[in-house]
Amino acid sequence: MSESSHAHAIHRDDFGARLGMWLFLVTEMVLFGGLFIAYSYMRSKYPAEFHHAGAELNATLGITNTLVLLTSSLTVVLAIVAIQRGDRRKTMAFLATTLGLGLVFLVIKSFEWATKFHHGLYPNSAHLATLPHGEQVFFGLYFTMTGLHGLHVIAGLSVLGYMLRMVAKGEITQDRYVHLENGGLYWHLVDVIWIFLLPLFYLAA
Amino acid sequence: MSDHSLASSEHADDHGVEHPGYGTFVKVWLALVVLTGLLVLMSHFGQSYAVWGLLILTPIKAGLVFYFFMHLKYEGALLKGVVLVTLGTLLIFFALLFSDVAFR
Repeated sequence: MSESSHAHAIHRDDFGARLGMWLFLVTEMVLFGGLFIAYSYMRSKYPAEFHHAGAELNATLGITNTLVLLTSSLTVVLAIVAIQRGDRRKTMAFLATTLGLGLVFLVIKSFEWATKFHHGLYPNSAHLATLPHGEQVFFGLYFTMTGLHGLHVIAGLSVLGYMLRMVAKGEITQDRYVHLENGGLYWHLVDVIWIFLLPLFYLAA
Repeated sequence: MSDHSLASSEHADDHGVEHPGYGTFVKVWLALVVLTGLLVLMSHFGQSYAVWGLLILTPIKAGLVFYFFMHLKYEGALLKGVVLVTLGTLLIFFALLFSDVAFR
């Protein structure tokens, strides 16, 4: 009973927390994995239509957003290095950078979608109904997968925004930062999903 | 980076493993940017190159993020196993689907 005599004998299991997060993340991987498999099958069925519809997408915006997300992933992991060294100001600066980059991603994405909408390309639009079946499938997958990914970006930004608050309030510290690690893990998964979306829709279609 | 490695050695975590410094992750990020550039370059040479780029470079990029950014390098066999079993399961689904499609 030596632990109970300790002033701060709170049960904590950082490894268990990370394991729980990873178990959640693998369900996310299966969710997107299923969509990737759907994409692969449809692409093998409609190669010409996917090629034609893919030319409609703006590769420059896709590549820019890839660099934005890769950099935001770096700043999250640097925030963890900073908290491990007890540098709270740097942790907050790196996290704020990540939040800013995540917002840049969403702004670019919204411009991209707005252009598509302007061209009459949105789910269930009259123009989309006139396109060949394979192109309808392509845009269906495009809006589903980038839309679901976009929701994950918004969720990730909310989580990391809360982490920034916790660091500011001193609830995440050098000795206890598993929340920040798990928030970062989620953000990296969002990045990994986009790493696959870029070539699927913008480059190889 | 010698001051970083010096600082990191002062803060070992509960497993007694040293934390990597800023430099490690900046290098990984540089590798990711270079691989992205390579992927874009390959896609300019035509569709088959783009697909090969997708099949080879993208898993490497994802692997770098998993291994370094998501700290799998510093985790034990259990966490690594959870991820590998998931990826293996997806690969099996993928193979099953295409073994069906290929013989229709």
